[in-house]
Amino acid sequence: MTNPNNATITLVHRARFVDGHGLTIPTFRLLKDDGHLYADATAPELDKKQALAMYRSMVTTRLLDERMLAAQRQGRISFYLQSLGEEAQAVASAAALAPEDMILAQYREQGALLHRGFTLDQFMNQLFSNEDDLGKGRQMPVHYGCRELNFMTISSPLATQIPQAAGYAYGQRLAGDDAITLCYFGEGAASEGDFHAGVNMAAVLKAPVIFFCRNNGYAISTPASEQFVGDGIASRAVGYGIRTLRVDGADALAVYEATRQARQLMLEDPQPVLIEAMSYRLGAHSSSDDPSGYRSQQEEERWRKRDPIGRYRLWLQHRGWLNEDEDRRQHDALRRQILEALKQAEKKPKPTLESLVEDVYAAVPVHLQRQLERLKKQDGASRKRERS
Amino acid sequence: MKQMNLLQAVNHALDLAMEREQEVLCFGEDVGHFGGVFRATSGLQDKYGEDRCFNTPLTEQGIIGFANGLAAKGLKPVAEIQFADYIFPAFDQLVNETAKFRYRSGNQFNVGGLVVRAPYGGGIAGGHYHSQSPEAYFVHTPGLRVLVPRGPVQAKGLLLAAIDCPDPVIFFEPKRLYRAAVAEVDEGYYQLPLDKAEVVREGSDITLLGWGAQMEYLQKAAEMAEKEGVSCEVIDLQSLLPWDEDTVVASVLKTGRLLVSHEAPLTCGVGAEIAATVQARCFLYLESPIARVCGPDTPFPLALEKVYMPDQHRIFDAINATVNF
Repeated sequence: MTNPNNATITLVHRARFVDGHGLTIPTFRLLKDDGHLYADATAPELDKKQALAMYRSMVTTRLLDERMLAAQRQGRISFYLQSLGEEAQAVASAAALAPEDMILAQYREQGALLHRGFTLDQFMNQLFSNEDDLGKGRQMPVHYGCRELNFMTISSPLATQIPQAAGYAYGQRLAGDDAITLCYFGEGAASEGDFHAGVNMAAVLKAPVIFFCRNNGYAISTPASEQFVGDGIASRAVGYGIRTLRVDGADALAVYEATRQARQLMLEDPQPVLIEAMSYRLGAHSSSDDPSGYRSQQEEERWRKRDPIGRYRLWLQHRGWLNEDEDRRQHDALRRQILEALKQAEKKPKPTLESLVEDVYAAVPVHLQRQLERLKKQDGASRKRERS
Repeated sequence: MKQMNLLQAVNHALDLAMEREQEVLCFGEDVGHFGGVFRATSGLQDKYGEDRCFNTPLTEQGIIGFANGLAAKGLKPVAEIQFADYIFPAFDQLVNETAKFRYRSGNQFNVGGLVVRAPYGGGIAGGHYHSQSPEAYFVHTPGLRVLVPRGPVQAKGLLLAAIDCPDPVIFFEPKRLYRAAVAEVDEGYYQLPLDKAEVVREGSDITLLGWGAQMEYLQKAAEMAEKEGVSCEVIDLQSLLPWDEDTVVASVLKTGRLLVSHEAPLTCGVGAEIAATVQARCFLYLESPIARVCGPDTPFPLALEKVYMPDQHRIFDAINATVNF
């Protein structure tokens, strides 16, 4: 049935408003809190090596976060942003992708980058903005990016990556690439106009992109109840006419399976999918935030018991894939590696003065060359002044 | 060579660019089958298919965000914003994203393939939201290139250069001249240099500087002044960011006087940047204060449009005041 309004016209003769909560979306979950599968659940096809690699990425993310939050507290880096409680959703979704798939992230998805092979040294170089940082020390800590790993450089403005992901994915479809795009964002960012713009454009233009929403209950101090009144973010996808799935973000197996199936669907029939992963932001929003001002200890404690890494670890143990002693030794080794990488990165020099004007354009234009010359002279003069 | 108006020259350039490279895409509101509200993309969907020339939903921030993604993938999107007045919803994408893409990633990613086309300027009874000249907002943004052609020959050559350029470009088209400006245009593929001003008339008493539709008024004023015995050198800046300081400075060192004119409001318009730079580089050669003939600091009016426009009469008066200072 088509009509100029592109809407279903079924006549009724009494005004009946559709309830804003007329659509409720269930949550896909495979693992119980005790690490056993639900009776009617099937585990995704993961071999031991893949399963352990996911575990290791989650654990590394957490240890890296712990160490670097402490480094920020010590004044060694200017800023940090951890993903405590959300490690499973980033790692497991990235694990379900192919390396050719492009990832556009918000900023709390370091686990995805880590799982793709970003090294501890690379993380540290960015965090210390030294001369080896791939981003040349220009952005705040945690704004990672890596061309080689198909992980688009992160920027601070929220949700701007959502329509960009639609465009990137459209380009993939046009080029006939055997690849898709995955775009992460939080439930707060989903209130931006760019969310609406991006999802609608992807739907209309049939772009193979997975919109992956981390609904962790808070946007800084704002609880989700002050962010929207509809049934989460997933219900909106239905309004845009695209497939959607809500998943337990603390269940690594469910996140993996949801993402794997979404990817499969869009390779067969290019069109976007929205996945809303339900989780809880266990840590502060960032090193500049203190959540005690807006939520209770009891609430945090309740969620701490539902640790995504703990639940996944139990599953690995039930399968006989994880040895506790070996696990503890690996933790210790990881902590040492992280500290070593930190110390190395801290020692490296800052980027050169010349790099200030490079990459604004593909080539340095005349006016910027002139400004650089002036800055060099000034820099020389002020160093001299400071020495005397 | 073929007679073309400015609109036909734009359409012709898009056609050549799409023919030359698979990577070039044209999209925006009503750009597809209909060919655009001004018909700039006329015939392109029929020729290159719905995948490469298409309508988008009505969302400027979406259009530019989508274009940023395409360009990051290595394609060459030519996105149309229906009127420059409606580019503001995309301001965040352009200023925070497009402009900083290469810099912030350490040159790992870039959106250099991006061109944003938008009809700009007044003189068509467009009122507040079909008349604006928003170039100054973008000239304040490192990482962008801003171009404004004055006629069909420039529109084609600059647009082809913009599409080929490794930096993102905002391309403002003077819609008052879409059909009014007609010229002989080379039918082959050619580019004009992106950061060069053009001296369109040589003179010795005063330098008149402008861009886009304003060039028509500047040239008329120069002819009026010529009859009074004042020799005007007229320069079309063409590229507003980066801008060709050296050509402008060389001219002012010769004439000793400068008049800058633009349709956008006076305060913090691009003319202010030019006046400050020329003042610094030509201080000992200036024989009179630099004159700025611009739109007043009001929203663009409907009934009083003629009063608002910095036309040849206002420019002519300012030339006389400057020369007789």
